[in-house]
Amino acid sequence: MDGRTIIFYMLAALTLGSGLLAVTARKIFRSAIFLLFSLIGIAGFYFWLQYEFIAAVQIVVYVGGIVVLIIFSIFLTQQAGTELPNPPLRRIVFSVLASLFGLVFSWMLVSQHPFQTSSAQPMDPSVANIGSMMLSVNDSGYALPFELVSILLLAAMIGCIVIAIKSKQEMPTPAGMVETKTVLKQETPAEPETVS
Amino acid sequence: MEQIGLQHILFVSISLFFIGVYGFLTRRNLITMLMSIELILNSVNLNFIAFNKYLWAGKLDGVFFTIFIIAIAASEAAVAIAIIINLYRSHKSIDVESASEMKY
Repeated sequence: MDGRTIIFYMLAALTLGSGLLAVTARKIFRSAIFLLFSLIGIAGFYFWLQYEFIAAVQIVVYVGGIVVLIIFSIFLTQQAGTELPNPPLRRIVFSVLASLFGLVFSWMLVSQHPFQTSSAQPMDPSVANIGSMMLSVNDSGYALPFELVSILLLAAMIGCIVIAIKSKQEMPTPAGMVETKTVLKQETPAEPETVS
Repeated sequence: MEQIGLQHILFVSISLFFIGVYGFLTRRNLITMLMSIELILNSVNLNFIAFNKYLWAGKLDGVFFTIFIIAIAASEAAVAIAIIINLYRSHKSIDVESASEMKY
């Protein structure tokens, strides 16, 4: 058992253990912190597979962006320290059964499938290669998805501002609720963009 | 001890996917459901990278799929949190049961 194997098992334990704790923790803030460790474990897998650029993107976007956003929204919407209610036992039993069935079924499919490894010359996943392929318009280029994702990010940004903006005439009375409902309706133009 | 191969990584990503599915089915809080979706998306990313590494090392297709999935996941999380905060403002709760009037 060499060091590579040991590191793999440690990363797997970190990712799966903190992932499991993230979906079962009773306090929502701890759940977010366990999600953070699970995402760090995934970034470790990318390092382990020697895709350093993807690992850096994973850390910057997920750990630095999405988890911080989630923690901010927890602070805004949740009373810190309150515990989430226990889900009913029936729902837990059926969710465990569904997840275990899916796990066993897909694992049987995967473990019996003979994967054909390619003998092609490995391509270096360096930043230079990724950058030149991302902006090339040849057959193997990714210029069109790149442009689509940039439009999607713009649409998502404008959509977020429109949805979350606080209207000036908002009141704590039922009139205020009507006001926010009209703001809610404006998110429909941004919705098909995120689905695609 | 056998060499760590594609199957080991696939087992990790399948397990992470179904952990996310379990969280999505049991939780009724919108933020924790969003966290489960993030776990599911991450397992898919790990799958793409593992396939690219072991089966199609001559191309970078899996890397590009992963980059675009990360970008889309980031925008999805931002829009979802904007909706959640707006929902909290009008309902004072982010439980999915209390958000049923958005269905109609």
